[in-house]
Amino acid sequence: MPSLARNRSSPLPGFGLSLGITILWLSLIVLIPMSAVFVKSGSQGWQTFWAAAGSPRALAAYRLSFGAAALAAAINCVFGLLVAWVLVRYRFAGRRLLSALIDLPFALPTAVAGIALTALYADTGIIGRFLEPAGLPIAYRPAGVVLALTFIGLPFVVRTVEPVLAEASSEVEEAALTLGATRLQTFSRVVLPTILPALATGFALAFARGAGEYGSVIFIAGNVPFKSEIAPLLIVTQLEEYNYAGAAAIACVMLLISFALLLLLNLLQHWQQRRMA
Amino acid sequence: MTASGLREPPAAKALLILAAVAYVAIMLLLPLGAVLFEALRHGWNAWWAAVVDPDARASIRLTLIVAAISVPLNTVFGIAAAWAIAKFHFRGKSALIAFIELPFSVSPVVSGLVFVLLFGAQGWFGPWLERHDIRIIFALPGLVLATLFVTFPFVARQLIPLMSAQGRADEEAALTLGASGWQTFWRVTLPNIKFGLLYGVLLCNARAMGEFGAVSVVSGHIRGETNTMPLQVEALYNDYDFVAAFAVASLLALLALVTLALKSALEWRYGDELRARH
Amino acid sequence: MSIRVEHVSKSFSAYPALNDVSLTFNDGEFVALLGPSGSGKTTLLRILAGLEVPEEGRVRFGERDVTGDKPASRGIGFVFQHYALFGHMTVEKNIAFGLDVMPRGPRPTKRDIGRRVEQLLGLVQLPGLGKRYPSQLSGGQRQRVALARALAREPRILLLDEPFGALDAKVRRELRVALRQIHDELGLTSIFVTHDQEEAFALADRVALLNQGRIEQFAAPAEMQSGPASAFVREFLD
Repeated sequence: MPSLARNRSSPLPGFGLSLGITILWLSLIVLIPMSAVFVKSGSQGWQTFWAAAGSPRALAAYRLSFGAAALAAAINCVFGLLVAWVLVRYRFAGRRLLSALIDLPFALPTAVAGIALTALYADTGIIGRFLEPAGLPIAYRPAGVVLALTFIGLPFVVRTVEPVLAEASSEVEEAALTLGATRLQTFSRVVLPTILPALATGFALAFARGAGEYGSVIFIAGNVPFKSEIAPLLIVTQLEEYNYAGAAAIACVMLLISFALLLLLNLLQHWQQRRMA
Repeated sequence: MTASGLREPPAAKALLILAAVAYVAIMLLLPLGAVLFEALRHGWNAWWAAVVDPDARASIRLTLIVAAISVPLNTVFGIAAAWAIAKFHFRGKSALIAFIELPFSVSPVVSGLVFVLLFGAQGWFGPWLERHDIRIIFALPGLVLATLFVTFPFVARQLIPLMSAQGRADEEAALTLGASGWQTFWRVTLPNIKFGLLYGVLLCNARAMGEFGAVSVVSGHIRGETNTMPLQVEALYNDYDFVAAFAVASLLALLALVTLALKSALEWRYGDELRARH
Repeated sequence: MSIRVEHVSKSFSAYPALNDVSLTFNDGEFVALLGPSGSGKTTLLRILAGLEVPEEGRVRFGERDVTGDKPASRGIGFVFQHYALFGHMTVEKNIAFGLDVMPRGPRPTKRDIGRRVEQLLGLVQLPGLGKRYPSQLSGGQRQRVALARALAREPRILLLDEPFGALDAKVRRELRVALRQIHDELGLTSIFVTHDQEEAFALADRVALLNQGRIEQFAAPAEMQSGPASAFVREFLD
C-alpha cells in the first residue's frame, strides 16, 4: 500500500497516513469540541462572561472544588508517602496485594465510589453512625467532598513517589548514618528533600483530578448552592437551565486553571530531572 | 545488601506497615465491601431481580455497545499516533503529545459539555441537526462521542513511550528483508507491542465502561434508552431504590476488580515489556 | 587508634563473604584492602564501619569492643565510591552535616561549625566552593568534599570504599597524594579498599590481600613483592 508521504528522516512507510489519522482524529474529537467552550463562553461578551464565571455562586463553587481538592491532595501526600515507603522499603505478606489495590480508584467507576462512600459515611452508615454523634459529620457536607477526593486521588501520590524511592541509592542514607544522623534525621534531612519533586508532582496530579471530579462527589456532597456545591455540578445545573453561555463560562475558568496546572506539572518534571542529575 | 543500621527498628517498621495497611483498608477496602454488602442486603434473589430488570439490562447493553465502539476506535488512533510519534522525527512532537493528553486534564463534566455546545439544541450544529432529524445529544452518538473524548489518550499514552523505547531497528530490518509497510506492522511491530497494547486497551475499556460525568451531561437520563450502567446506578439511587442501585454497582465493581487483577498480572509478568526504558 | 579484627565471619544468604578473618591495624597506619571482586574486602570495610554486623567474631577499636556499635558512635569517617553527597545541599551544608545533626548538648555553635567547614575546605584544597552544589562540581572535587565531610567530626579512623574508582587517572593521582598528606597531617588510622594493585602499593604502609573471604597475605608492599605467601598472591601481583 503506497504511503501518502515520506518522512525525510527514515525510509519507514506510513508516516503520512499515521500522522494524518492522528491529527484528524485529534481535531475531531478533542480540539474542535474544546474550542467550542472558549467560543461559546466569549460569544456574549465580557459582561455576560464575568456575570456567570464570577458570580457569588460560582466563586463559592470554585472555593469548594479547589479547596477540597487541595486539602485532599495534601492528605494524600502524607498517607501516600507512608504507603509508598512501606511498599518500597519493606517485605511483608500481602505486599503485592496491597500494591494492586492502590489502583482501585483508577479502575472503579466514579458513581460506584460515590454511592459506596455515601453508604459508609451517612449517619446510617457503618462509619457515619459513630462520627455523626461525635460531632464529625461527613456526609452532605464539604468534609464529604474532601473524603471523596481523597479516595480518588490516593493512587497519584503513591505511584509518583514509588519509583523515586525505589531508585534512591542507599549510599546516601548510609553516609548520613556514618555522620551520626538518627534514622529520623536521615529521613527528614536527606530522603524527604530528594523525593520532594515527586511529592509535588503527585500533589499536582491529585489536585487536578480532584478539582474536576464529579461522579464520586455528588452523592456525598450536600449539593446546596453556596455551601456544598462543587463547580462541575454548577455547570450541569446551568446546562439544565439551558444557560449554555453560563455553563461554558464556568467551564472556561476550570479549563484555564487546569492548563495552568499542566504547565506547573511540566516545570515540576524539569525540577525533578535536574535533581536526579 | 541493606546495612543492619539502615533499617528502622522492628517496632517502628511494624507500626508503619500497620498504619499503611489500615489506611488502605479503610479508604479502599471498606467502600468496596460496602458495595457488596448493600447489594446483597436483601439476599441473592433481590440482587438477581435487580440485575435482570429490563432497564438494568438495557443499561448493560448500552454500556457494552458504547465500549465496543469507542475502545476499538481509540485503539486504532492510539496505534497510529504512536507509530507517527515513535518512529519518525518531526517538529511539534511534544505539542502533539500534549494535545493528545489534554482530555486527562479536563473535568468529565466539561468533556460532556463540549459536545452539548456543539450538538445540543442551542449548539453550533443544533438547528441543522433538528432540521435533518438527527439526534446526537440525548442519544447513542452523544454517549459515544463523550466516551471517545474521555478515553482518548489511554492507548496512545501507553504505546508512545513503549514504541519510542523500542526504536526503529526491527522495522528497518524487516524492510531490508523485503517486507511491505503493512507486513512490517503486522508481523514485526504488533507482536512487539502486544502487552503494552493489551494494557492500554484494558485501561481504556475500564474507563469507557465506568465513565459517569461526561456521559451524564450528554445523556438525557432516559431509562432504557440512554442510561449506561453508571447512569442507571445514579437513577436508581436517586429513586431511593438502594438495593437495585448497589446491585448494578456491584457489577461495575466486579469489572473493576477484574481490571485490577488483569492489570496486576500484566505488570508482574511483563513489566519489562510494558515499561519504556530511557 | 589501633584496630583489631578477631575471627570475623559474615555470609550473605549462604554466600560466605568473610571466613574467619583476623587482622590487627596499628595506630596511625595506612592500610589497603586489596583483592578481586567478591573477595570480601568491601564487606570487611563495612563491618569496620558498622554498616554490616558480623555473624561471628569481634572488632575492637583500641580497647573498646565495637562489634555491636552503630556507625555513628564508632568515631569513624566513611568515604563512598560514588561520593554519596547530598545533592540538595550546598558543599558547606554537606560538610557540616555530621555536626548539624549532633544532639543539642555536644553540638558546636553555628559559628564554630562555619569555621570548621572553612578549615576543612582548606584542608582538601577547595577554598571558596562552599556555596556550590554537588552537581556543579567535577568528580575529583566531589570526592574532596566527601572527604572533608567525613573528617568533620574529627574521627580517629578513616574508611574509604574504592574512593577513586569513579575518577580518571590524572585526578586519581592528585587525590592519592592529597589523601596521604591529610592522613599524615591528622594522624589518622586509614583503611581503604581498592582492586587497583598499583594504587594500593603506592599509598599503603601495609597491604591485606583478600581472596574469597580469606586473607592471603598481610604485609608491607615490598615484603609482598619479594616474598609472596601463596600462588594466588604471586599471580595477583603479576
